Amino acid sequence: MTTLVVSQIGPASSVQDGGRFGAQRYGLTPSGAMDKLSLAAANSLVGNELMAAAIEIGPFGATFMAKDGPVRVALAGAPRPADIAKRQIEMNTSVTLNEGEKLTLGFARGGSFSYLAIEGGISGEPMFDSLSVNARAGLGSPYPRPLQSGDVFKVAPASQAPELRLELPKASGAIRVVMGPQDDEFSDEMKALFLGSDWAVSATSDRMGYRLEGPVIRHLHGHNIVSDGTVEGSIQVPGNGSPIVLMSDRGTSGGYPKIATVITADYGRLAQTPAGTPFRFKAVSMAEAQAELRRYKDLLRSLPHRVTELTSSDFNVDALFTANVAGHAVSATDVTTWPGVTPD
Amino acid sequence: MADPLPPPRLLPSGDSAVTVEFSRTIDETANRRVLALDHALAAAGITGITETVPTYRSLLVHYDPGVIDHAALSSQLLALSAGSLAPETDIRRWRVPVCYGGENGIDLEDVAKALNLTPDEVVARHVAGTYRVAMIGFTPGWSYLSGLDPRLQMSRRQNPRLATPAGIIAIGGIQTGIQCLAGPCGWHLLGRTAMRTFQLHRTPTFLLEPGDEVSFIAVDEKTFAEQERAAEAGELIAERIAA
Repeated sequence: MTTLVVSQIGPASSVQDGGRFGAQRYGLTPSGAMDKLSLAAANSLVGNELMAAAIEIGPFGATFMAKDGPVRVALAGAPRPADIAKRQIEMNTSVTLNEGEKLTLGFARGGSFSYLAIEGGISGEPMFDSLSVNARAGLGSPYPRPLQSGDVFKVAPASQAPELRLELPKASGAIRVVMGPQDDEFSDEMKALFLGSDWAVSATSDRMGYRLEGPVIRHLHGHNIVSDGTVEGSIQVPGNGSPIVLMSDRGTSGGYPKIATVITADYGRLAQTPAGTPFRFKAVSMAEAQAELRRYKDLLRSLPHRVTELTSSDFNVDALFTANVAGHAVSATDVTTWPGVTPD
Repeated sequence: MADPLPPPRLLPSGDSAVTVEFSRTIDETANRRVLALDHALAAAGITGITETVPTYRSLLVHYDPGVIDHAALSSQLLALSAGSLAPETDIRRWRVPVCYGGENGIDLEDVAKALNLTPDEVVARHVAGTYRVAMIGFTPGWSYLSGLDPRLQMSRRQNPRLATPAGIIAIGGIQTGIQCLAGPCGWHLLGRTAMRTFQLHRTPTFLLEPGDEVSFIAVDEKTFAEQERAAEAGELIAERIAA
């Protein structure tokens, strides 16, 4: 049987898919990929369902080896050096590992999580229709815990399909939020401070929550509220005044006031913000947030149609990146500049 | 006919969820309204609502804005929250065995001292109560129960414990709780139950529902050990009782 062996892997790496829904009322958090656009990109490159389970690789390096047959994989998400026997592998491309070959990944650069999708997907036993690892609840398959060196995935042998590549719009700018649900627990002055200050993700952050470093946000009526439900991207402010963004492995309820909520379209971008890199929040209306959500979902759906065959004279990632930084190729916030996306 | 109840506040929780807030504090009526709306939504089967999360004072409603418009959902939520509370029917009632004190309830002695009661009196008062599952949250199966004897109410621990075993029965503030999984806990530990509110590969996976009624029965350590083995084998341990 063909397998993909995890020869070496750092902490904070696990199998993740679109998430586990339907049991939040019992305290079971959805988990799922921190950056679903990148998960979908990796899956598109190997012909999988967009939200199929893939390997979410944390900031550190990893090495995978094909055993007893060739294995086709694709890498997306946080850029990082990747090679097979010194042959450089580009991000957002598929590649076939021949039997015995090793794919070596370096540290993430300019992001936190990369996604390695395997052609044919990951086989395991779903719980609430999901293979996502939730280590605290002992859920996830094939391993109900973060990955360790020596773990093995049973996989389908690689198809003869041509290798593919995918160009993704490069998003940037402020992380957009909808104010609330408990923004009335904060003065106008504090809300202005929240929206007008630079923030940075603390190094102590994880899949449960991103602690933010910046000014102290004080409450009007104290920091204890009666627990209520949380969502992915809820920004709660505990007693010390340092906000925490609740992430994919969050508790389903929380007892601190939530000043704002990150919009779905920007959640993955926040998840990919490296510790220490300054960013800002920007408040948008519900109508704008939901319009962005429609565009985001359109982008996800468009991914399988945006893959093209990888040719030997392939595109230059750095040149594309530079063009985006210069600001005239595509805009993060104006979907009409994204090729292949039709706004509603 | 009771006076009409005030409408809840609808608070945005991002672009795909709305918090229906009935109260800012813990109050029995608010919790009953939360559960009533939760049931009404389930019965109405509104297309576009993906999941609901009842808590003490609010109902978090997850929805797909591509299927149901925010304004249309809001008006439906307000309409279904209006009017007086109907009498509850078909409440599920459970009797849950607890092994109090000793190594299973390491805070019982201290709680008794702090409340100026004997440990036996604390247990007697805890067992005498009839509780409601007000919400389940934070970690899988962690059940927050309302209805604690006011004589047993005391603030939570100054220093939460970072590790407590599975199945603890604890008190904190005006609540008592059942923590299913091992984990951190800031409440006072009175005992342990072999009942698992969450267990993989068992039907049902989750035993308690918000709105269920719970009472406790004291068991000795030998019975607890037997029940632990039975729970491991997939038995429910908690007993469903008639009204």
